Amino acid sequence: MVTASPERASRIAAEVPDPELPMLTLADLGVLHGVEVAPEGTVVVRLAPTYAGCPAVAEMRAEVTARLLAAGFTDVRVVTVLDPPWSTDRITDEGRRKLAEHGIAPPGPRGAPGPAPARTWLRLTSGPPEVPCPRCASADTEEISRFAATACTALRRCRSCREPFPHVKDLP
Amino acid sequence: MTDEDLHVDGEDDLYVDGDGARWAFGTGFTDPLHGVDQSVPDGVDAEDLAACCLALGDDALVSAQRLAEWCTRAPELEEELALANIGLDLLGQARLLYARAGRADGTGRGEDAYAYFRYPEDFRNVRLAELPGGDFAFTVARLLVLSVWRLAVCEALAAAPDPVLAAIAAKSAKELAYHSRWAAEWTVRLGDGTGESAGRMRAALDALAPWLDELLTDRAAARQGADPAAVAARTRLELFHVLADAGLDRSDDVSPLETPAPPVPGSGRNGRHTPHLAPLLAELQSVARAHPDASW
Repeated sequence: MVTASPERASRIAAEVPDPELPMLTLADLGVLHGVEVAPEGTVVVRLAPTYAGCPAVAEMRAEVTARLLAAGFTDVRVVTVLDPPWSTDRITDEGRRKLAEHGIAPPGPRGAPGPAPARTWLRLTSGPPEVPCPRCASADTEEISRFAATACTALRRCRSCREPFPHVKDLP
Repeated sequence: MTDEDLHVDGEDDLYVDGDGARWAFGTGFTDPLHGVDQSVPDGVDAEDLAACCLALGDDALVSAQRLAEWCTRAPELEEELALANIGLDLLGQARLLYARAGRADGTGRGEDAYAYFRYPEDFRNVRLAELPGGDFAFTVARLLVLSVWRLAVCEALAAAPDPVLAAIAAKSAKELAYHSRWAAEWTVRLGDGTGESAGRMRAALDALAPWLDELLTDRAAARQGADPAAVAARTRLELFHVLADAGLDRSDDVSPLETPAPPVPGSGRNGRHTPHLAPLLAELQSVARAHPDASW
């Protein structure tokens, strides 16, 4: 008989890698909103999708379920959390460190004040003012494309080392 | 023909939350609202809620399909990715809205019943979304107008009395904010670019101006918390500023979208569409209609 401990279930769910950014776990990415074990032993895992259209959610759900079942939990429910919506502020410090280590510039600091409220929504800027290069740390980088290989990343280039790199866009 | 004639009565099977679910027709969709409490709160008119979700879902689905048509055809790879990604976001919004509509209208229909097994006259999208692709300038201009307007609607709906619609709208607003920014940046680049690019932008704005009235008088979300007058005012203000930045405003201080050409009568919200919607849906629905019970 496997003990249906919430800590153990949490740990297993937290270690599941993100399908698109596999260097991050669901906990690092802030997608994992909570794990509870009901008195009768049902594990309820709450996931907040990064983007409404993110095709990876089904993968995440299947993987979390498979790992918990393999670990001996017999009844697993993975539910979707829409409110509060996911934001890049939910990426943990550990997650930011791992992104940078893998050549992906993390989003801006957590809880950083956003740009001053403008008279309209549509302020024409070219992305965040400063995204340091994850390879050489130079601050002299430019945005090549707002949308890169995945919806959540932009493509930038370092003007110092000339290397292109992805940047996880700020989604406050 | 009804859905039953198409032998899709087993469609519920498409939404089971199976292990190893994949993301394509016939491979086991998952309910995008899986695990969310979907009861309709007291005091919310379920029929109106369903109609609102359907209208906004159809706008998103049809827009996503037009954006997907740029795949392999965009002027640059980066912009192709941008258009495809924006389309993907809208597809995600459509999935959530259809799932909500299916609960609210009491039919329990899932997303593909709405996307694949309805006829053009059953669709409730605004007609601007279904107009043929045109050139890149038209795509930019249309995306600017539709995303600015939809952002205004979704920001208002984030306070909707139905918590599921409110959450979908709040999530959508975040995405629409960067869709509209992308479109605004291209509007300025083209409008403030060469004579050719500015001419293309002006032609695009002229082409879509007669369809703008349908958006600005739309009441699909009115009873769920989006005041049509406030949405219209916000949309006009945003568009005015972007077009001014792009040098596309007229010398008489009037937005080029305030066209002297009269609006095209009617509305897609009543199921009266242009002839362009049917071929779009025929392509979108071809696989699902040919093989309604397909799985692989």
